[in-house]
Formats: sequence, structure tokens, C-alpha cells
Amino acid sequence: MLMTGAKILMECLLEQEVDTIFGYPGGTILNVYDELYNYGDKIRHYLTAHEQGAAHAADGYARSTGKVGVCFATSGPGCTNLTTGIATAYMDSSPIVFITCNVNEGLLGKDAFQEVDITGITMPITKCNYMVRDVKKLADIVREAFAIARSGRPGPVLIDIVKNVTAEKTEFTPLPRDEHAMHGKLGALIRRASHDLKTPEPDIGDVERLVDMIRDSKKPLLVCGGGVVRSRAHKEFLALAERMDTPVAITVMGGGGFCGRNPLTTGIIGMHGSQASNMACDACDLLVAVGCRFSDRVALDPPTFAKQAKIVQIDIDRAEINKNVEVDHHIIGDAKRVLQLINERLEQQNHEAWKDYVFSFKTEVEYDSGHEHTMTPKQISDTIAKTCPQDTIVATDVGQHQMWVIQHFHYDYPGQLLTSGGFGTMGFGLGAAIGAKVGNPEKTVIHITGDGCFRMNCHELCTEEFYKLPIITIIYNNQTLGMVRQWQTLIYNGHYSQTTLERGPDFVKLAEAYGLGGKRVCTVDELEAALKEALASDHGYVIDCAIEMDEMVRPMVPVGEKITKFLVV
Amino acid sequence: MDQIRRQSLSVLVDNESGVLSQVSRMFSRKGYNIESLAVGTTDNPAVSRITIEVMANDQQTNLLCNQLRKLLPVHSVKLLDLEKSIRRELILLKVHTASNDACNRAIQIANIFRASIIDVSTTTLTIAVIGDARKTEAIIDLVKEFGVLELVRTGMVALERGADTIYEATKEKGEFDYGKNVL
Repeated sequence: MLMTGAKILMECLLEQEVDTIFGYPGGTILNVYDELYNYGDKIRHYLTAHEQGAAHAADGYARSTGKVGVCFATSGPGCTNLTTGIATAYMDSSPIVFITCNVNEGLLGKDAFQEVDITGITMPITKCNYMVRDVKKLADIVREAFAIARSGRPGPVLIDIVKNVTAEKTEFTPLPRDEHAMHGKLGALIRRASHDLKTPEPDIGDVERLVDMIRDSKKPLLVCGGGVVRSRAHKEFLALAERMDTPVAITVMGGGGFCGRNPLTTGIIGMHGSQASNMACDACDLLVAVGCRFSDRVALDPPTFAKQAKIVQIDIDRAEINKNVEVDHHIIGDAKRVLQLINERLEQQNHEAWKDYVFSFKTEVEYDSGHEHTMTPKQISDTIAKTCPQDTIVATDVGQHQMWVIQHFHYDYPGQLLTSGGFGTMGFGLGAAIGAKVGNPEKTVIHITGDGCFRMNCHELCTEEFYKLPIITIIYNNQTLGMVRQWQTLIYNGHYSQTTLERGPDFVKLAEAYGLGGKRVCTVDELEAALKEALASDHGYVIDCAIEMDEMVRPMVPVGEKITKFLVV
Repeated sequence: MDQIRRQSLSVLVDNESGVLSQVSRMFSRKGYNIESLAVGTTDNPAVSRITIEVMANDQQTNLLCNQLRKLLPVHSVKLLDLEKSIRRELILLKVHTASNDACNRAIQIANIFRASIIDVSTTTLTIAVIGDARKTEAIIDLVKEFGVLELVRTGMVALERGADTIYEATKEKGEFDYGKNVL
């Protein structure tokens, strides 16, 4: 059938079963939005306040549902506003297809109004990107982009379409999604592989070698990384942990990959890792990391990291092997499949003495609760956990509140914790919460933020209000950029340079201005009452919680130090 | 191991726009200057072969290779063992020959190096010479006395000696292909 590029794009989105798009229109993408007008019954578009919010929303949607997120933006500032969102998704391997339009072909390279080389800009922060200058290639490219975004190690892909292509017409032949890989460049990609990708399997020899290593180990440690979450391998991981009878340390990105209330977990590992995790890492004789890239926040000092252990890395991305930490053995494959293969071969192990040793260290820190008009971070998370349903989705921003809510709130399933672990994007949370609520309307979604982070993107409250998304924002308000202040206290002689935030706005009035509910709370009882009110209401709600300015994230190991060298405990 | 030395990489890529900049970006991102670069299509017009030389230590070079192998348009990457490879480049030299004597001597030098004289004018000679770094540097040194007006080189191209090729299916290549699986 003869169709315009814009219509082909819509048809291709339907082929991918896309029903939700986050975006922001503009001059060059007008043809696409004009066609979207006709597809309103099949594809729901969410208009955000800012393109960055749209990018984070698509990200939150993708992380919480496991589907590919889709985000639209126009040329020039429209797409440069996406870049922080794209980089966030890239660092945390979140599958999103970004579709932007550029100026007419004839104007390309002439510094036309709102022209920018977005494929050049996003080259280092996308899995791959495309510029479409020929309408005949559009359908193939869209199909390829979706396949690449969701396959292997997932990640963002960007398609930049010149405006005239969206108006030009060509023949379009629908193709079911299962057949995409046999056609076009995708087919070529598969044909050129050195082994049969139709039935990709991890190397059995590698798996058996690991099983032998596990049998020989007296003091093993499992590390649950973001790969377990992306591969939705939580059941297989749990089975392995129980079979191995071993402590499990969880990375920030691994939150939800292994149930946080399971007695085997030692809590998070690394810079703000628990004593149990970090001591276990230092004392173990075998460290098996699943879907973990040993970032500088986990392996703070690579030469001393798990020095007594044989390190085994299970990852889908071969380029991660030996990148940050030299490993003794690796298995390439999808976490789910590799874990299945290990579970099939491994018999029940028993490590009582080792577990007793590890769990003699604390898995969580304690706070003194002697403050009258403020709460401790643990009190806040405990109140949330007590009041909200157990499957509540938590989206965080970045900083102290992020670490606290990861340390003290327990996550049961992949996609329950949405956090910018790799890129550390302040302002990620509200957009992500919007995306998560759109993708999971039946679940409670909580946005955990700090007063600094919330100021960055709080304008998305209008999106929340307009689409009637009852998200609960909880601000850990300490009147400062807490994480930076913590470093200034511990490392920079208490020079609080530009971190104190004794300034407006009044967050309750701000929420009211956006048409949402708001409350300032200072005690656990007030918080509980506010949460109950928020859960009962059908609109968004902002709860401004008072905490101490000098409350710290504990424990803390400084950058580049041995993992057991705690600066504060 | 950590010694910085000349490293030669052979990279097979899709013959498409943007691929070269993706590959070269990887080097600038890691802080390496490309010492030599040669690109051209292979016997398959859809595939290009890039030969890149950088100064780097072994560990960093391995990381670079892995990051390159991960790129979708990259089919395979081979780090060449300089001892077991043939490396050649073509250079064109335009030499100033003010006198007959200078002209004759330049021709003699060219002959010794089995270089060819490919252009001549009343005051210049253009010499083409193919060889490895040692040979090309030697001839450049020798003709310097006449005055080199211009010099251009193609960049080093290299192949392994013996029967080994870049197309071999190794376990490592399979592991990278696994990550590019799009099913």
C-alpha cells in the first residue's frame, strides 16, 4: 500500500505492539504528529513538560514493564534535551527507541533553524543510531532499531528522520514481528555470525567449569547485578542462591533481582555497601557476579577487590569481561539461560559456618532516633513499607535518599526499583515514576526524591496532574545537597561550598499550584497519616519529609579504597 | 606488558557511512592518537577493512579491541602480531631537483629502493615507494638534501603471514556475536 513516511512509522510502531509514546512535538516532527492524530485510538501519546521528562518517562516505562519504551522529539533543542535521558538509559542498559525528526534534506548541513547533528551527538550514548534520508528504508530501519534496542544487552537506539521523508510516499508491506529478523539488515547481521544465533546457548564447557568451581568453594559469594533485572532472571537466581547456600550481595542496579527480605542477602555492596557484603567480598574464595560490570562504585579499588577469591563473571556483553576487574573465568550468555544451565547441574551445597561468619556483620545500619522534629531515613522507608502495598514500584532520584531507600526498602521483583545507577541523573525519578505508572496502572508508584533533585524536574508534576496519574512523591528534605555535603564534611574540611539549600519553594504550595495534594510532615505518625491520605486519593501527592541536615549515608568507603576500609560505619 | 608500543589492528566493518567515525571515535574517547589509518573495501563490496595503528600498551589495546568488537557494524577485529605480519604503505614524494646532478642522484636513490619515478618536471621529481616503515623512512631521509616539496602516505596496510586470516571463527568471536544476537 502507498503510504507516507509518517504513516509507515505508525504502522511499524503497531507491528512492535507499541501503544504508549512519551514525547514533545515541534516543527520538523509535525507530519508524524499529524499522523499520530489519526492513530489516537491505538497509540496513546503522553505530552510532558520537557523532553528530558519524556525520555525519563520512556525509560521508567521500559524498566518497569520490560517492554521497549518509545519517545518522540523534534529537531534541534528538542533532541538535545533528550540527551541526558538517552545517556541515563545507555548506562543502565534500558531499551528505548528515540524517534526525532530533522530539517528537510535540502537544508541539512546549512545550519538551518533548529538543525543539529543529533546522530553525531548521540553516537557515544546509543547502542546504535540511524539517519533516515530515504523513505524506502524507513520501515526496515524502524524494525532493526526495535530489535537492537531489546536484544542482547538492551539499550537506547535513536532514529533521526529528515522531515521530507515523513511526507514522501512509498509502498509499505506489513511484516509480522517474528519475521523481521529474516529480512533486511537484521537478516545479514544474523547470517554473518560465526555460529548459529537461532538457538544461542552459553558454552556448556564454561558452565561446567563454573559448577566445578562452586563445588570446590568453601566460601562463595554471589553478586546480583543489573543483568539479573534486565533478563528477568530473579527466579533462576533465587534457585541458584538457595542451591549454593551462599550469601548474596546486591548491587544498586541489581535491586529487585534478588528478594531484599531473603535471609541470604547481605544488602548492597560497594561504596555504601553493608559491612556484611563488603567483608564477605574481602573474605570469600569464590565470587560469582551475574550481570555486573564491577563499576567503580562496586569495585572501588580493582587490584584489592575480592583478592582472595577466584572471580567469575556472567555477562551477555563480552566487552565487559576484564574491563574493570580481571576475572578468572567468565560465561557469556543471557543470565536467565546461564543460571538455568548451572541449576540443572549443581547439587545442593552447604555453607553454614561461612554464612555464620558473614552474617556476624551488620547487613543494615542503625540510626539514633533522638530527633524531635525530624525522621531518620530508616523510619521513612519503614513507614512506606508498612503503609504501601508490597509490590509498590519505587522510582528514585540520585543522592542520599537514593542510597537510603535502596539500603532499607526491600525489593521483591525486577522492575520494582527504578534508579539511575550508572549515570546518576538527578531529576530522573519523577519522569521515571510517570512512565512506570503509565505502564503499571494497577500498582502503587512512589517517587522518592531529595529537595535538590526534586527542584530539577518538578515541572513534570503538571504531566502527572493532567493524565491523572496518582504518584506519591516523598521528599527527603534536609535543606542541602546531602551527598555532596557528606563528602564536604568527611573529605573537604566542612567547607559547605554551594550545597546549602535554605530556599524555596514551599513544596506543599507547589504541589497545590499544580492541582495536587501536599503535606509537610515531621514525625512518623504524620507521615503515615499523609501516606494513607495519598493512597486513598485519585490524584498525585507530594509529601515533604523533614530529616536532619547532617544525616549521613552509612557505611561509606571512599573512592579508590579497599572495600573494607570504611570511612564511617 | 604495560609498555607503550606500536599496535596494529585490522578491523572488518560494514561499508556504510558513519562507520569510520564510530570506529575512530573509540580511539579518541580512550585518549589515543591514530598514528596510521587505511580504509578500503574488501573482495566483498559490502565490507570494508580498516587498518589502524596506535601507540598503546597491551592491556588498553585489548580493551579497545573489545569495545570495537561490540559495535554492530564491526564484523571482527584482529590485533596483529607485528613480528608475524607483513605491513606495507605507499608514499608519494615530490622532490625539488634544482640541477641535473640533483635529478640524477635522486633517480639513483629511487632505483636503489626500487621506487618508481611517476612524474617529472623541469624542477621536480615525484617518487612512489612501497615498503614498511624502515624502508620509507630511509628513502625520505636520503632525499631530504634535495628538498622535499610534498609528501603523502596511504597509511599502513597489513596482513598476517601464513595461512591465518581475519575470518577465522574463534570462541571469542562467537562470544561477541552472542551479544549482537537480534532474535
